[in-house]
Amino acid sequence: MNAKSLRPFLRPMATLFQAATAFSASNKFHFPSLSACNGQMCVLRSDARINQFLNMGPHKSLTQRLLTNAVATKEDTSASSKTGHELLLFEALREGLEEEMERDPRVCVIGEDVGHYGGSYKVTKGLAPKFGDLRVLDTPIAENAFTGMGIGAAMTGLRPIVEGMNMGFLLLAFNQISNNCGMLHYTSGGQFKIPIVVRGPGGVGRQLGAEHSQRLESYFQSIPGIQMVACSTPYNAKGLMKAAIRSENPVILFEHVLLYNLKEKIPDEEYVLSLEEAEMVRPGEHVTILTYSRMRYHVMQAAKTLVNKGYDPEVIDIRSLKPFDLYTIGNSVKKTHRVLIVEECMRTGGIGASLTAAITENFNDYLDAPIMCLSSQDVPTPYAGTLEEWTVVQPAQIVTAVEKLCQ
Amino acid sequence: MSFTATKFPPSPLPLTSRSNDKPLSFSFHHSKPNHSSSFLGSTRRLTPLATPHARRTPSPSPPSAVLLQQASNLLVTKEEGLELYEDMILGRFFEDKCAEMYYRGKMFGFVHLYNGQEAVSTGFIRLLKKEDSVVSTYRDHVHALSKGVPAREVMSELFGKATGCCRGQGGSMHMFSKEHNLLGGFAFIGEGIPVATGAAFTSKYRREVLNESDCDHVTLAFFGDGTCNNGQFFECLNMAALWKLPIVFVVENNLWAIGMSHLRATSDPQIWKKGPAFGMPGVHVDGMDVLKVREVAKEAIQRARRGEGPTLVECETYRFRGHSLADPDELRDPVEKEHYSGRDPITALKKYLFENSLANEQELKSIEKKIDEILEDAVEFADKSPLPHRSQLLENVFADPKGFGIGPDGRYRCEDPKFTEGTAHV
Repeated sequence: MNAKSLRPFLRPMATLFQAATAFSASNKFHFPSLSACNGQMCVLRSDARINQFLNMGPHKSLTQRLLTNAVATKEDTSASSKTGHELLLFEALREGLEEEMERDPRVCVIGEDVGHYGGSYKVTKGLAPKFGDLRVLDTPIAENAFTGMGIGAAMTGLRPIVEGMNMGFLLLAFNQISNNCGMLHYTSGGQFKIPIVVRGPGGVGRQLGAEHSQRLESYFQSIPGIQMVACSTPYNAKGLMKAAIRSENPVILFEHVLLYNLKEKIPDEEYVLSLEEAEMVRPGEHVTILTYSRMRYHVMQAAKTLVNKGYDPEVIDIRSLKPFDLYTIGNSVKKTHRVLIVEECMRTGGIGASLTAAITENFNDYLDAPIMCLSSQDVPTPYAGTLEEWTVVQPAQIVTAVEKLCQ
Repeated sequence: MSFTATKFPPSPLPLTSRSNDKPLSFSFHHSKPNHSSSFLGSTRRLTPLATPHARRTPSPSPPSAVLLQQASNLLVTKEEGLELYEDMILGRFFEDKCAEMYYRGKMFGFVHLYNGQEAVSTGFIRLLKKEDSVVSTYRDHVHALSKGVPAREVMSELFGKATGCCRGQGGSMHMFSKEHNLLGGFAFIGEGIPVATGAAFTSKYRREVLNESDCDHVTLAFFGDGTCNNGQFFECLNMAALWKLPIVFVVENNLWAIGMSHLRATSDPQIWKKGPAFGMPGVHVDGMDVLKVREVAKEAIQRARRGEGPTLVECETYRFRGHSLADPDELRDPVEKEHYSGRDPITALKKYLFENSLANEQELKSIEKKIDEILEDAVEFADKSPLPHRSQLLENVFADPKGFGIGPDGRYRCEDPKFTEGTAHV
């Protein structure tokens, strides 16, 4: 069985399978019979395990192979079919949210201006009229209290999604997220689970000022008991949203202010992505570039330049910020022997720092050069446009870094 | 009768002289115009009380008050009285046993004992159904016991054994029980109040969204006077009143937050006043008198069940021991301590039961003996229970252990046998 014959059946994890054929024979994929999926919605995992989900009707056998990379690689129009619909990232989030709310009446949204206003980034628009004011709850401005309220509701049987109007506001809820979200399952000896999703837009926007341009992934990453994921495309936004809602663990879903208007075609059928897996954006040979969220696009832009200069970078969107998908990352390191991490976090104690440590610990023998990590400057994001630009990693810096790494 | 957010006279409450000599009535006008005693916990000298209190049948109260109409003169039946007595004795003896075990080196860390405050726990929690929820603070042993968690499990948890209610992972300050709907046990003050608000929200959600029309579960949030200066308290009062959540906020005002007197920390020490500010009734009750607490609790809980919203109940109470077993308790005035030990809730209930011929000495003694046996058994059980095995270390970090991620070999880390042994490095 080769990857090509499976193409009609593959979900957009397909790009991984493209890379799969380039891997060594040590990666053996066992392909279960897909006929087991008839009548069921299936997700084909990147390691070819199949997770069967709810009964969604006849499985459409001809799924287009969708592209998850939005910028640098060529649009593959050969596989595009009539199925699928185009939408913006925030609409994808809303779609995922709506589907989950329809599926399970215990799913509810709690946050500021999520109801009547429709969400400050319109992610929850139209949901309050549809589901009612109690299911899409407009809260007073009390992040700590309503996040705690979400946790209490989760402990007693509901599945709330707490929206921070801006991720930075969740700093006010740090007490509840750290102490209760992360810990209560453990300190209660496993008696209470907290299936809560905490989400909101973060990251550096366009001159929003220091407090609205925070990256909290590094602050939350040490909290034991939570999972963190960052979405970057409409496809993975919807998939991760659904996965986070269905997960029994507390999940923090990081969205980015500047990515809400990205447009992409996503499948009509229901799909759920894995919270723990990374996404292969562009397979390559020379260097592994690990990134997430908005920096993915800077990387892909740099990749264009790099390709013209003759380099072949492998770009992986790590997606799962905690825990790291060491399998995908490891396989890539073993192939290219060079790692560049590009992130929007600050340098000190950031995701990149943890990732560097994890890769060094696990794959040190495979590295030909020290890991390079490009992060934002350890600076409160300035308001001035030029200064803000220099705070964040830009494609030119990525190109230089790769050239240096590949000397 | 129902509570209303009545207006209160501007003069300060004579909290010392009010409830002991006054008959039981739901008067919100606790003020006596000229009072000679000062608020306990202040630095002013305490003037001794005139006469020891005796419970009398209700006499007419001030016109603006609302009287409780009772069928009989008595507040409890014999069974109820004995049940309350047993619960308070269990709480008291358990805490004494904890102190004994702590000094014998069987438990460690911070242990906060509830001696003296039993009336609040018993008065409120014994009125609840099993499905109602209780959220507490670090002073949670007796709340757990009143809610129904077996003494064995609480004692094991304190000893850090695997048979504890939280498998030894929580400890003194984190008592949880899914079966009995005890939602913790929180170490940081104020942290549990939003969780309680969430549990009340679930109750409302189940009734209105999931259409379980018989869901009238009530949540009780217990916390202290120090917490009432914390933002989480106010935020939750607002939300609970706004959405009419079925919750009762119970303030166990024992006048001291470790070494900080309530008066030194609070601009307006009358906590019940903070209820009407948010649109809910604020009630002050003598927290050393279990029957009074029970009457107030009945109405507050019924109010919540009827969907009329939250109530703030301030219970004036006192802890006979220090803040924790590590607290030398040197700051509190011995006269104050003596005054309150004269108002021991257990002695008061005993007196009531005798005076109203609801029980005799033997019955109470046999209850005490029964509790002694329960505690002996609990200690023995805890002693004999095994310590948690290393394999338990990583077990409950995630409800779904896939959260540990995918290891370099492609398998989920939780599938690694080292995980079940507890030796894997996360």
